[in-house]
Amino acid sequence: MQPIVVENIHKSFGDVKALQNISFLVEEGELFGLIGPDGAGKSTLFRILATLLLADKGTAAVNGSDVVKDYRTIRSQVGYMPGRFSLYQDLTIEENLNFFATIFNTTVEENYDLIKEIYEQIEPFKKRPAGKLSGGMKQKLALCCALVHKPKVLFLDEPTTGVDPVSRKEFWEMLQRLKTKGIPILVSTPYMDEAILCDRVALMQKGEIMMINTPAAIVAAFGKKIWAARADNMYHLLRDIRAFEGTESCYAFGEYLHVTLHTSPEQLKAYLETKDHKGLVITPAKAGIEDAFMQLMQEQNEAV
Amino acid sequence: MNNYAIVTKDLTKRFGDFIATDAITFEVQQGEIFGFLGANGAGKTTAMRMLCGLLKPSSGEAKIAGFDVYTQTEKVKKSIGYMSQKFSLYEDLTVKENIRFYGGIYGLGNQQIKDKTHALLQQLNMEKEAGHLVSSLPLGWKQKLSFSIAVLHDPSIVFLDEPTGGVDPITRRQFWDLIYEAADRGVTIFVTTHYMDEAEYCNRISIMVDGKIKALDTPQKLKEQFNADSMNDVFLQLARAKS
Repeated sequence: MQPIVVENIHKSFGDVKALQNISFLVEEGELFGLIGPDGAGKSTLFRILATLLLADKGTAAVNGSDVVKDYRTIRSQVGYMPGRFSLYQDLTIEENLNFFATIFNTTVEENYDLIKEIYEQIEPFKKRPAGKLSGGMKQKLALCCALVHKPKVLFLDEPTTGVDPVSRKEFWEMLQRLKTKGIPILVSTPYMDEAILCDRVALMQKGEIMMINTPAAIVAAFGKKIWAARADNMYHLLRDIRAFEGTESCYAFGEYLHVTLHTSPEQLKAYLETKDHKGLVITPAKAGIEDAFMQLMQEQNEAV
Repeated sequence: MNNYAIVTKDLTKRFGDFIATDAITFEVQQGEIFGFLGANGAGKTTAMRMLCGLLKPSSGEAKIAGFDVYTQTEKVKKSIGYMSQKFSLYEDLTVKENIRFYGGIYGLGNQQIKDKTHALLQQLNMEKEAGHLVSSLPLGWKQKLSFSIAVLHDPSIVFLDEPTGGVDPITRRQFWDLIYEAADRGVTIFVTTHYMDEAEYCNRISIMVDGKIKALDTPQKLKEQFNADSMNDVFLQLARAKS
């Protein structure tokens, strides 16, 4: 049995189509990522799966239970960390954790092995109110509270948004360790670079899933040759390459520009040599998830 | 006045026993894109508030566009633009009303506001949305609009506090096009971000750890110095070293 089964889900708020025709499966023990910007529909999807919102159309099941009929069963079986920090700010770390354990008819001690590793990092501050914790610590506490009843499925809605790169890296390391304990995890993120840390991902934009696959397969399916270009004045280089008629797309990508061409790179080089750039380099580059996402977005926009 | 947009020397802010910003010293040139990085809680926001004339330093010096942050805070505020992800536009005003409001705040005349509104809407390709409430715009549009409003009064420096959170990768790059364009016109850009690929777009970067500036150079030189492939590696090496 797949822990999460979503079939043909639709949800609108007035004129806004928040989710359209969403279908996917999450396998046993899988770390599955929903990757997309704000407004893609990620949180709406989590709320439907967590039985907090009814879909207009379609069905979904979590751990074999229907999200409408069996909502009570689901609520006791899932761990859900919403996008907005929603623990009690005026309770301490310890009090929050005990509170959530009690709600689920259990104790912190009973499933301590599951949260031990994470909890030990915040334990020195256990008497501190949750509202006075740093972003990274809040996130660890919220994860502990979502795990305290040993859930059969874990939902994490944008756990790393607004968090610095160090805390983000630590958080993903925690998820990799949790995965080894066999809990299937559905996690969302607007950071494209986090996609490669998932087993499989759904790339979402404007309420639709554009593609579902392993990160490696998504990158491999990117059909076009990408060239990386750089020069001393990157803004002028960007403008010049965009003005070149053989250019299909040109975007900044870290220290390079990523360029796709209708023509050969030699022609681009010849054109740029007339523009007097200093330190010009053009080399072949490998596509990443972000290249694939941007290409799919453009196809989606053209289809409208 | 020399050619520096920002000059600080041993700039410090204490809250009780806690030193939020610990003797930072750096200069930013006019027209430079300067990335101000650091982990959550490293002291970036405190430093930025002092540079904007919103918070009085405990000690040290800072000059913004040639004005002193202790004695000339009003002149500092007039010389800068500011945009943050969390707050910038009034959601219950229309696009045009927001422009008019900020234009008025910065003391622009009626004709100036009219001309600027026209130019801005044209540049952003938002003429049709001029009468729409800001709350009805997609996030990416709001961000582009609030950047354009932050530079409406032609400030010599603009402070951007995590301006691009949550938007799609194409919109994020369009936003950087606006930043590049402003810098090309000579506006100094002072920007914080958690996206390390954006750090690479900056001319120079400083990285704060525990209130101090631990590294400051071009992205290229920082990567050489730390023997790292990417700014992400540089950042992780520095910010992790403390714990």
